Amino acid sequence: MKVIDPHIHMVSRTTDDYLALAYGGIHTVSEPSFWPGFDRCGVDGFRDYFQQLTVVEPARAARFKIRHFCWIGLNAKEAENTKIGEQVLAILPEYLDSPTALGIGEVGLNKNSKNEIAMFERQVELAAVRNELMLIHTPHLEDKLKGTRIIMDILRNEPRIIPSRVLIDHAEEHTIGEIKDNGFWFGLTLYPDSKGSPARAVDAIEIFGADKLCINSSADWSVSDPTATLKTVNEMRRRGHPDDLIRRIFYDNPADFLGQSPKFSVA
Amino acid sequence: MIKNKQQLPIPLSSSQILDMSFLENRARLLEIAAFIDRIERSADPDTGKADFRYKSFIEGVRLLLDDSAAVKTSRIQINFSDPTTEPIASAIKLKAHGAWSGETNEGY
Repeated sequence: MKVIDPHIHMVSRTTDDYLALAYGGIHTVSEPSFWPGFDRCGVDGFRDYFQQLTVVEPARAARFKIRHFCWIGLNAKEAENTKIGEQVLAILPEYLDSPTALGIGEVGLNKNSKNEIAMFERQVELAAVRNELMLIHTPHLEDKLKGTRIIMDILRNEPRIIPSRVLIDHAEEHTIGEIKDNGFWFGLTLYPDSKGSPARAVDAIEIFGADKLCINSSADWSVSDPTATLKTVNEMRRRGHPDDLIRRIFYDNPADFLGQSPKFSVA
Repeated sequence: MIKNKQQLPIPLSSSQILDMSFLENRARLLEIAAFIDRIERSADPDTGKADFRYKSFIEGVRLLLDDSAAVKTSRIQINFSDPTTEPIASAIKLKAHGAWSGETNEGY
């Protein structure tokens, strides 16, 4: 079974993890820009990071015949500092032009603050002007429902944004229905403690269907598992779901969403 | 009721689901019981029981047993969620706790 992981933070993972992905049949990944676990002290830190995403990681992945794509954006956590944020917004187009950059992401909200919203609105505007795909980060835990609704209001208020070109990620049981009702793609993230398990992800597939759904590990520097998508494939097989449905969810769906960028191709 | 909302059929009978998942969920239930017992055995159980996280947790446990809650997972998620709609003034030094504290932090 070949799998595409549309959201994984390989800059935070070991080379052994690339090997594990290759062994498991994950030969295509996309990596959104995110918060590194600390706030960077200036725009140069973002430059280094975007260089890592657009140049270093694709080469690192290629050693294992894995195709690596990325998303460029100002993450919600660091958007609180608008002074640095403004400088980061100014350099985004330079990196969005990279041959492996699929769009703007992951951007969105973290604690649903005034500054986060202002920086997110600016990036929605940039996506509209450049006709970029968007990959959206929704807040964690108790802030998710409120933040997801604010994000969707902002996106709906920008008529140039086409919902089918936006994936709203880290959806959970209480937000999936509204995301689908608004025509966006939704992502399910497999984190053992703070988001969903393979079993709950498969429950969501059964309840909400397989349309406009992508499942990801979002593996990063914290408690996470780069092979979580493979474990969810196994959960579907254990329950007796057919191989064509499994392939659709873990390969065809992400290929369809990411393939809206002309830069994307599968390995 | 949840069956009517399903987009894809579960290929398993309820007996098969029990065969596959009973033991792991039995263990999870015991972990929850032990967690509550642990707070009860602490030096200051009343402090813990007054904490917004504990209160939300116990409300979630109550929702598990509420037969009127058609989709229990979603109801429990909403139980933990911030119900306000206005942006907060600043996110500086704020973090997610997993349950809503009841403080709005509004100032927008």
